[in-house]
Amino acid sequence: MAEVTTTDDDGGEPPTEGIQIDMISADRMDGLRTMEKIRLILDGVHDDNIVILESGLQPEEESKLIERTMTEINPDGDGFTGIEIESYPGGSGGDNGFLGRLMGNDDPNTLTVIGPADRIETLHKDETLISTLITRQ
Amino acid sequence: MFMGILTDLRSSISRATSSLFTGGEPKRIGIYGPPNAGKTTLANRIARDWTGDAVGPESHVPHETRRARRKENVEIKRNGKSVTIDVVDTPGVTTKVDYKQFLEHDIEKEDAVRRSREATEGVAEAMHWLREDVDGVIYVLDATEDPFTQVNTMLVGIIESQDLPVLIFANKIDLDEASVQRVSNAFPQHETVPLSALEGDNMDEVYDKIAEYFG
Ligand SMILES: Nc1nc2c(ncn2[C@@H]2O[C@H](COP(=O)(O)OP(=O)(O)OP(=O)(O)O)[C@@H](O)[C@H]2O)c(=O)[nH]1
Ligand SMILES: [Mg+2]
Repeated sequence: MAEVTTTDDDGGEPPTEGIQIDMISADRMDGLRTMEKIRLILDGVHDDNIVILESGLQPEEESKLIERTMTEINPDGDGFTGIEIESYPGGSGGDNGFLGRLMGNDDPNTLTVIGPADRIETLHKDETLISTLITRQ
Repeated sequence: MFMGILTDLRSSISRATSSLFTGGEPKRIGIYGPPNAGKTTLANRIARDWTGDAVGPESHVPHETRRARRKENVEIKRNGKSVTIDVVDTPGVTTKVDYKQFLEHDIEKEDAVRRSREATEGVAEAMHWLREDVDGVIYVLDATEDPFTQVNTMLVGIIESQDLPVLIFANKIDLDEASVQRVSNAFPQHETVPLSALEGDNMDEVYDKIAEYFG
């Protein structure tokens, strides 16, 4: 019984070797409600995809994304350990505060990368560059 | 003695009337920040300094606090005036929890899994509190670490979007690697207060700022 069997040889499925990246346009996101956006993101991440948003989430949506992510972590179950998320510009430059909003600068408009925490690692981040390492299972 | 009681009475009456006009309850100040920043150490110091007892256990193991804990009616006296706040110590916020991280701290698997589950519930609860139930925020950072993380950026953004008054606390300045400058550079739009919650360094300024921002 030293034989190794591989069961992922079922033809119809796409190759499991690669890494799927979903790039979601600002337009697509604009038409969705908060929970729909969060589902779109988390469903992708649960499928081990990398999700890239053209335009980032609003603070309130980020808050709910964190909350939702936490409730979906099941330490004893499917191995989902949460998300890694990076976006730029960092948003701490002062423009996103009270003054920024006063001047109508409410749109975060930030490119955002989200992936499964156990497969994505940020190597470097500054206001102009995000460098991430994605590992295969 | 008698005069003292009289003044106390008078000040509690004026407090009662002023809170009538400001909408009642003391302001709830949430202590937020990433795991291990020193939130509970700070909450305990504030509570011990002004009420005599503590809020909860501190630990070098992350996610020690897994449930928001409130210390009510903490009366802080500054320059003849007093401000009364409820201090809410919250679980450190993160976007990921892996039970394996606790195995390194000599915690058995079963406990590590339970701790993770509680930690995730705690973070969810902390986010909920932040959206609905706090009137001001003390954001605590470990000044020996890079403040420019996504969690910090998101959390401060969430706080700003609700127009809550916020102070950034650069904690652990007793350690050589601490850089207060790095923290204030990361959040130039807010006031950064350096301190050591563990050693009690710079607590006078801490209380001055709390009174100024949340009074
Ligand atoms: N050197 C130093 N250590 C500190 C200071 N404040 C807290 N610590 C230590 O940092 C570790 C974490 O402290 P806690 O107060 O438990 O941190 P926390 O932010 O409440 O952590 P969680 O509840 O896990 O989110 C403990 O070992 C504390 O003793 C400080 O000012 N200086
Ligand atoms: Mg704590």
